[in-house]
Amino acid sequence: MHRSLLLKLLSAALVFGAWEIAGRIPISYAFPTFLESMTALARMTFDGTLLQAYAETLKPLVLGVAISALIGIGFGLWIGLSARSEWFFSPIFIVMQAAPLAALIPLLVMAYGIGLTSKVFVVCIMAMPVIVLNTASAVRNTPASLKEMGQSFLANNHQILLKIVIPAASPVIFSGLRLGVSAGFIGAILAELKITPTGVGDIISYSRSIADYPSMYAAIFSIILLAVVFLNLLEKLEDFLFEGNNRGYVSD
Amino acid sequence: MQVFGVKLPAMSSLLLWGLLWEIVGQMGLTFFVPPLSQVFATLFEIIGTPPFLKALWETGYAFFMGVFFAIVIGIPVGILMGKSRFLDELLLPWVNIFVSAPLTALVPVLMVLFGFGLTSIIITTTLFAIWIIILNARAGVRQINRSLVDMARSFGASPLDAFTKIYFWAALPEILGGVRIGVIRAVKGVIIGQLLISIVGFGALFELYASNFLMGHFWAVLIILFALAFSISEFLGYLERKVAYYAAKR
Amino acid sequence: MAMSQIDTPFADASMAAPESAVSVRGVSKNYGAVEALKNMSLEFPKGQLTSLLGPSGCGKTTLLKIIAGLIPADSGTIEVGGKAITGPGDDRAFVFQDFALLPWANVLRNVAFGLELRGVAKSEREAIAETYIANVGLAGFEKAFPHELSGGMRQRVGLARALSVDSQVLLLDEPFSAVDEQTRRKFQEDLLSLVENENKTFIFVTHSIEEAVYVSDQIAILLPRPSRVSEIIRPSSFRNKGVENIRRDPEYLDIVDEIWASLRNYVE
Repeated sequence: MHRSLLLKLLSAALVFGAWEIAGRIPISYAFPTFLESMTALARMTFDGTLLQAYAETLKPLVLGVAISALIGIGFGLWIGLSARSEWFFSPIFIVMQAAPLAALIPLLVMAYGIGLTSKVFVVCIMAMPVIVLNTASAVRNTPASLKEMGQSFLANNHQILLKIVIPAASPVIFSGLRLGVSAGFIGAILAELKITPTGVGDIISYSRSIADYPSMYAAIFSIILLAVVFLNLLEKLEDFLFEGNNRGYVSD
Repeated sequence: MQVFGVKLPAMSSLLLWGLLWEIVGQMGLTFFVPPLSQVFATLFEIIGTPPFLKALWETGYAFFMGVFFAIVIGIPVGILMGKSRFLDELLLPWVNIFVSAPLTALVPVLMVLFGFGLTSIIITTTLFAIWIIILNARAGVRQINRSLVDMARSFGASPLDAFTKIYFWAALPEILGGVRIGVIRAVKGVIIGQLLISIVGFGALFELYASNFLMGHFWAVLIILFALAFSISEFLGYLERKVAYYAAKR
Repeated sequence: MAMSQIDTPFADASMAAPESAVSVRGVSKNYGAVEALKNMSLEFPKGQLTSLLGPSGCGKTTLLKIIAGLIPADSGTIEVGGKAITGPGDDRAFVFQDFALLPWANVLRNVAFGLELRGVAKSEREAIAETYIANVGLAGFEKAFPHELSGGMRQRVGLARALSVDSQVLLLDEPFSAVDEQTRRKFQEDLLSLVENENKTFIFVTHSIEEAVYVSDQIAILLPRPSRVSEIIRPSSFRNKGVENIRRDPEYLDIVDEIWASLRNYVE
């Protein structure tokens, strides 16, 4: 415990130290030091720039993830439960999962303009496939003996779905949601950099254009930090909610 | 699914979707969806043209270079992390951060550091692919059956022998799994890189088609891109299944 | 459930052929070209424990799941309490080889789960479940989750769940195979007292010869390719001599030897 914390600190010190030194040499005119970037981060945090920017950035992200979760889990359940819909729908999502959907962005911009709609769409196409596929495979992989147990104790289909299949699938569904959020972050930032600069994307683009590199690095640092902290919290929540859920199926 | 006792192939519903696309296109409901037949006609028209081949070459080159670096750096780093506790504790936090971080945000940095060219795109591709390859190689080494290692040592295997004859093969299913996911991510990375640095490869082509409203061209390129990505991921999945038979039995 | 025919136990016990609780008549089951069961018939006496014993691939688990109504038979009938079955019913309860516990539910909810599915009110079903949790020796573990229990304790939960729905027939599919040897011996002794006290019919699938002879009133030896009942053995002398004496009884040892002699040719 002690050792691992120490090593984590050492590892952070090494990386940030290397950043500081590389910035001081400097290896490039566009590479500010760690301290300069952190100063810029503190300044933007305290003068409210970042808060304003995130209010803007999180809008398409939250909307997109919420829509993806709702539709994605619904589709996933349907695909997982019915062989017919699996045959019909799952190839679409399998292709979507493998394909670089970001290429659709120019088309989305043509169809829906440069506003919020397009950005929400970008988040959705990034986040939805993994949610659908995880949900479907979780439902399909419900342990057969649990379903048999339900049948032998006379559960009807409705009960098997609500009391066995969905609870058994929920850890995998949840981790699909977490992956979806992670992909949603990629989509949200891509949308802000590619479609129109708003929010954090605006800080990045603007400070790059006026060569204020510390601010640019600080904004990038903050969005990565935010994503990592948020995803870690989700993981903690997952551990808390489904503690022991993945154990206990198997015999010793 | 079975119809009249005949099992339908897994991806066969895509034909139905294609038909649906054709019908929607023929009805002329929206300008954005031209009939599939027209898209395919365009596809064969542009597939041999110099701009397309140039974009394909630039993209393919960036993609393979990116994947190459990701594999050549990622697998050894992952194996070392799996074997050395010190390295593992030092590097794992960063690998875990970058495997799920929104790496798109780093592209502007790459652009100012390495210019608006191939280098930036190659690095983007590597950044998308490498973390999961490291993580899987690490997991593969860590789960190697202890008695397999003891067996090699009891028969007097040298460290090099142990590495090439035991560790690599025992970790291979996980390593290949990581490479497969890494390559799928690399495809996304190379396209995202090109979209943001939109003067090379398909990124430039998309800009051109979009600004001239060439819907047929746009969809044709998308279909080729998606088909390529899907084939690559299926091929790697096939390779992975070829070694999966012993993955469960170590 | 129905507790109708328990009026004259002593008269029944003296009769040569006891009444059947479960009858299997001419049951066949194929999986594609593979014959899992071929025209199998078997009677299971009421209030007794019958083991289905045989080498792997003899179809004993398939037969048990057909009796449970989990797998439909291709032909033939299963009668439970004189009525042909069409699927799972409240007259039978199943104990699973891998326990089949809900990992997200505690012991109390797991044991009460069969009653929950039948719509029994929460307070009532939990009261019943608590009785059976105590019966199988898990009192104090009501709030524990399956992953916190040992394999043996998990199977006690599975057993309590099957007992709590109070079915006349208990179907046990290699229930002790995932449990260590010492726990298994304790289970076997507990099973004997259950058979004695619960007045239920037990059908018990096992691949252990010793276990089958130890716990059974009747042993059906099943042989594979094609699956059939080769022999029915009814140990007679050692059942009333006390659990600690059974393994030294000459008849026990003879039967174990005899069964091994007939099965050894089928073990590859």
